[in-house]
Amino acid sequence: MASEGHQEHPLSIYLWIWVLLFVISTFSYLVDYIGFEGYLRWSLIIVFMLAKAGLIIAIFMHMIWERLALIYAILAPPLLLSFFIGFMAIEGDYTLLTRLNFFGETNFVAQHHTEEVH
Amino acid sequence: MGSNVTESQTATLPEGLQGLTHDWSSDKQAFYVPWGKAMMWFFLLSDTFIFGCFLTSYMNVRMSTRVPWPNPSEVFALSFGGEPIPLILIAIMTFVLITSSGTMALAVNYGYKQDRAKTAALMFVTAAFGAIFVGMQAFEWTKLIVDEGIRPWGNPMGAPQFGASFFMITGFHGLHVSIGVIYLAVVALKVLKGDYEASGNYEIVEITGLYWHFVDLVWVFIFAFFYLW
Repeated sequence: MASEGHQEHPLSIYLWIWVLLFVISTFSYLVDYIGFEGYLRWSLIIVFMLAKAGLIIAIFMHMIWERLALIYAILAPPLLLSFFIGFMAIEGDYTLLTRLNFFGETNFVAQHHTEEVH
Repeated sequence: MGSNVTESQTATLPEGLQGLTHDWSSDKQAFYVPWGKAMMWFFLLSDTFIFGCFLTSYMNVRMSTRVPWPNPSEVFALSFGGEPIPLILIAIMTFVLITSSGTMALAVNYGYKQDRAKTAALMFVTAAFGAIFVGMQAFEWTKLIVDEGIRPWGNPMGAPQFGASFFMITGFHGLHVSIGVIYLAVVALKVLKGDYEASGNYEIVEITGLYWHFVDLVWVFIFAFFYLW
């Protein structure tokens, strides 16, 4: 059994991925530090997030060296979450619309932070 | 013909509880990995759904509130005597967790080389980074609860759902890190004692590593969606 799932790979590949994860994390922090807004901000966040997640799963968790049977069994089910997320987004929109209809615009008064920083 | 074969096959099989154990242990293997590793993957898959539900509900309440969402960049800013630096503590926490993921990957590597001392040492280092992460999280929670007055039901900066989402998501993740630190320490001690020396099978290190990398993986999503968004 032990030989079947054996995952021994050169040390250098882990070190490279490690460095890469540091670099990508720095980039994603810079997105906030520089203060990008709107679609540019959101797409950069998603791109860096997926890159990091992909590297961790593929290399650190050895997924690219596993057989397809295991890869599909683990990675396909979470894709169903995207339907759930989509439904909940529609639901969230509807709730907001209903709330605005019945309660009008916000009646919340911020005690501080009245001036915009970004 | 097919049904005949099935019929004659089932006729010779044991019935009842004996049949159940027979059927479930009849040497049919789908995944050519050690069972412990397959089971850890399935556990992580179920955990994915839990965190997926948390993040989805967070998305839902953030989308549906009429009240402005507090700006995480300011809420989590820290100042070291001068201008507040946005999100700096969270950035440091991210780097701490990535560092621990790296040391864990090296531990798995040395495990396969059957280098007992290095494997255990790297696992202890990983656990130490995990403990540092939890410590920083405790600091962050204290600051938010005591200084900023953020509660699960409200806060002075904006949408009350902010607190509920924050404590739920980061609390559950912090719990995972804490359990991971204990898990790592236990396995590292066993490695050090030489429990796996006789068999030469260090698969357990890789399985523990899977859990630890997953904790880092979840943080990647929390960092992106909760702190940066």
